[in-house]
Amino acid sequence: MTVLKILVGCKRVIDFAVKIRVNSARTAVETADIKHSLNPFDEIGVQEAINLREVLGKDKVSEIIALTCGPSKSQEQLRTALAMGADRAIHVETSKDQTLEPLNVAKIFKAIIEKENPNLVILGKQAIDDDSNQTGQMLAGLLNWPQATFASKVEIDKDSITVTREVDGGLETIRSKLPAIVTTDLRLNEPKFVTLPNIMKARKKPLTKFSLQDFDIDVTPRLETISVTEPTTRKSGTKVDSVDDLISKLKSAGAL
Amino acid sequence: MSNLRNLRYQVKDLYKRLLFLGREYPLGYSYFYPKLKNAFMKNRNLTNEDEIKKAIDSGEYVIKELEALYYLKKYRAIKRAYYN
Repeated sequence: MTVLKILVGCKRVIDFAVKIRVNSARTAVETADIKHSLNPFDEIGVQEAINLREVLGKDKVSEIIALTCGPSKSQEQLRTALAMGADRAIHVETSKDQTLEPLNVAKIFKAIIEKENPNLVILGKQAIDDDSNQTGQMLAGLLNWPQATFASKVEIDKDSITVTREVDGGLETIRSKLPAIVTTDLRLNEPKFVTLPNIMKARKKPLTKFSLQDFDIDVTPRLETISVTEPTTRKSGTKVDSVDDLISKLKSAGAL
Repeated sequence: MSNLRNLRYQVKDLYKRLLFLGREYPLGYSYFYPKLKNAFMKNRNLTNEDEIKKAIDSGEYVIKELEALYYLKKYRAIKRAYYN
């Protein structure tokens, strides 16, 4: 059986529980002084790598590497991944106001993958901040590797990977040769909560830093954000006293 | 006596772990912290080994419950946002 070397993507995003606010210029959402965390789908990806190591045995998964591209604070999310059980981390540091599009990120991932030669790449299907759902697919395209997106079950046997995917109206099972790219769906596993001692241990795990300039990658944006707006708020309903009242209200609303 | 000292460390460890979990509590750390402290202070006079062990066990149970609560909270938030 092939020994797996797993690369997992980790994105720093605004925490899921935070109420998102659009900035006054309507160009982006407020990110200053807001709680950030590891993208939940990436968390599932990290957990899946750890689960694979548990299922297949320690000698069958040689290394789990966490990779992120982002500002210096993204290190916190790498530490979370390390605390969950990743072996080492790679941080491609960008300046604070540098925005990376999925294609840029995919290109950076490609460069790292050519350096590290993992044979399984696990990414979250999307990040909960921009919901692009593109990086995994683009990376597969750039590398010309098989991809299994929206995974809800992953099994490895010999040198192939069997992935059950969540598709519209059911499940699809596909098998592919390694190396491959998997993007995780919500029901793949239940990420374990990081414990305090593990966070302490994670501080000692190795973390390699690169900067964008280390790669010959053009990161000028191809997309332009025209405006960002908050979703329309739901109008409050009214109570009606009788059926006649209800019907007249419905009629005036044009529903009848 | 050495056994009791051992238990003392276990209790301290339990307290620290709960404090750490409390930082994520939905109603806030300021709600969680006094409640946690109260719960521990209530049992401060326990001297019987078995009783202390029982109290530690119930603390471990609370940790499991909290972890499940946090997991479900996140799972449901994402499910609501993307799957319904």
